[in-house]
Amino acid sequence: MDFNDTPEQAAYRAEVRTWLAANAEPRKDRPSVSRRLDAEEGLLLAKAWQARKADAGYACRHWPVAHGGQGRPMIETIIYDQEEANFDVPTGFFSIGLGMCGPVMAQYATQEQQARFIPPLMRGEEVWCQLFSEPAAGSDVAGLRTRCHRDGDDWVVNGQKVWTSGAHYSDWGILVARHDSSLPKHKGLTFFFIDMKSPGIDIKPIKQINGGSNFNEVFFTNVRVPDSQRLGAIGEGWQVAITTLMNERLAVGDAPPPDFREVMKLAAACELDGRSALEDSSVREKIADWYVEAMGMKHTKARTMTALSQGKVPGPENSIGKVVSASKLQNVSSFGADLMDMGGVITDPSLMPSDALFQQSFLYSPGLRIAGGTDEILRNIIAERVLGLPGEIRVDRDVPYSDIPTGN
Amino acid sequence: MNFDFSDAQKALKQQTRDFLRAACDTTVPRRVLEDTDEPFARDLWQQVCANESPGIAIPEEYGGIGFGYLELCVVAEEMGRAIAPVPFSSSVYLAAEAILQGGSDEQKKRLLPSLASGESIGTFALSEGPGQATVPNLQTTLSDGRLSGTKMPVPDGDVADLCVVVAKDGDGASLAVVDLASEGVSREPVDTLDPSRSHARITFDGVEAEVLGEAGQGWAIKDAVFDRAAVLFAMEQLGGADACLQMAIGYAKGRYAFGRPIGSFQAIKHKLADMYIKNELARANCYYGAWALSTDAPELPVAAAAARVAATQAFHFASKENIQTHGGIGFTWESDCHLYYRRSKLLALGIGSERVWKDRLISGLEQQEAA
Repeated sequence: MDFNDTPEQAAYRAEVRTWLAANAEPRKDRPSVSRRLDAEEGLLLAKAWQARKADAGYACRHWPVAHGGQGRPMIETIIYDQEEANFDVPTGFFSIGLGMCGPVMAQYATQEQQARFIPPLMRGEEVWCQLFSEPAAGSDVAGLRTRCHRDGDDWVVNGQKVWTSGAHYSDWGILVARHDSSLPKHKGLTFFFIDMKSPGIDIKPIKQINGGSNFNEVFFTNVRVPDSQRLGAIGEGWQVAITTLMNERLAVGDAPPPDFREVMKLAAACELDGRSALEDSSVREKIADWYVEAMGMKHTKARTMTALSQGKVPGPENSIGKVVSASKLQNVSSFGADLMDMGGVITDPSLMPSDALFQQSFLYSPGLRIAGGTDEILRNIIAERVLGLPGEIRVDRDVPYSDIPTGN
Repeated sequence: MNFDFSDAQKALKQQTRDFLRAACDTTVPRRVLEDTDEPFARDLWQQVCANESPGIAIPEEYGGIGFGYLELCVVAEEMGRAIAPVPFSSSVYLAAEAILQGGSDEQKKRLLPSLASGESIGTFALSEGPGQATVPNLQTTLSDGRLSGTKMPVPDGDVADLCVVVAKDGDGASLAVVDLASEGVSREPVDTLDPSRSHARITFDGVEAEVLGEAGQGWAIKDAVFDRAAVLFAMEQLGGADACLQMAIGYAKGRYAFGRPIGSFQAIKHKLADMYIKNELARANCYYGAWALSTDAPELPVAAAAARVAATQAFHFASKENIQTHGGIGFTWESDCHLYYRRSKLLALGIGSERVWKDRLISGLEQQEAA
């Protein structure tokens, strides 16, 4: 057991560090560049940064050479990401494209399409989004209602998607739609990639409970998509979508703050019953719980890294990540506000410890328990795929989609 | 990055698991639990000693086989999984460690070989009854090489040959080694939550004792011993927690209600997913603790406390929710659920409660912060 890189990994890490030091600013104790700038400015900077990374050979290093990568082990991509996290670089615009859209194009698009679309995707020249969720199809995404029908060489799409990150600045999107409502729900779906500037697409930002707008509603009114942009066979949309979801990037980064460190710092600065809150045993017990969770996650990632480092497939332990971190963030945020007592309701950053980080994350964290698989769906997945418990009894599986009760 | 046990360590783990599966299925702890005349499974203990497990981390010069602590950790996990009713933790994690940490070279050479071979059984006595023991409230005293006072519960105290006792010595505390066959020692079994592991109340009446380590420094040595033992206890707790999860999964798949396996209901699925999550968090913390123990890392106190807290929580949760998953049958004496439930509380309190370890964890973080 040791926590050191192999000599080869160490050499690669040193190379990455040198390159980053020459090309980016170290991260300072302030909001990252992506948070300081508005989306438009941030996107321009992010595109420039992604292109620079790609030119230097650090973008999608683990992708096969045939798909524009370098066929290097996944561990090198992770080492790069770990090192890049120490620098103040604009990120977050390409994760869906690189993590989901690129791999699905590589698997299902024609050679010509791959040559046309993958290089600009990888270089950040074109931004991609994912159009799966719908108002009536969240956890049950295969129950989606957006329709498509064939018309000559095109398909015509009508319906609505929701929770689409970055739809307003995306050039391309991947879409699942229903071509036949008389088939059972998983069998009537077809998968496309579409031009987000197509006529008939209307994009509206969603205002979240924290006041921010990180997602959109996307409306389709007679949007025409060429059949050549279909990925997979007609009716194979669900299998293609599942492949896409499997390609979600391994969560090896750190969860966003506040965590036990920030609460500990806050508790040391707050007074409780006339003494430092950090001397209070109930406070100490809570922080210990979060420390144990945070270290459990950190060391679990180390186990995942070990597997990748040895060229093995990581075990299922990685599946616990978001369930633990999302709830922890919510609990830590709430507790941090509690430590500030009556003043804990104030959200003005200029008046508050840590620039009101606890208050901001109090409002932001509920979304993390829902996005990318709710706590409940993730527990189902652990129970069924990891522990081998029997699947749900699905009353809607083998009946025509059009006969499934819909409620409200 | 190689945060994993070696192939040889994994092989040892598998070998130990196979051995215990054959030699210590749940009928063995149940037998000890039900039979008041059998304080521990002597037949199993003989086999454990024949496998040289007690001496696994004890250096060769002191009669052990000198493998190392990662090897001891994998064995501990399997002992925990099997809820083995033998004095392994008392003799190996506590008594032998106390001698290794506090003893002189002469004491190590004299005392460790028989613990390493299992020929004699050691234990460690700190608690004097309900309530957290501290230096000021210790009633047991060491004075002029004579030990007086009462300790309880002392794990395996009714069968041990040797006991390391924490005693008040002036304003501080000292560790004293006592031969339990000495004149002035009286002991009787004391009933506990987990009768599959015997405990005693031991009274020392001016018993001749030798000091282990520097006189007056016993509390610090005890802390160092408990940090090391915390990782090993945590590994046992982890094994027990995993056994509960597997037992609950097996039952949830085979038990039908409302025309379907109860494991197909989300109320059960989510409960078992939570068990898995807690177990994996504990496993990751335990492995890190094992690394810190095996390398004597400066991180050991915090790593050990984190492993201890995580594994205590995991085993407690898994053992209670295993009963719940079983429903009524899980509350019967005949079901094995209570064997784990009992053991989980025994291990949770054995070297100090979760609350004490959480406090120690935060103190360690404060020290790191200050440094």
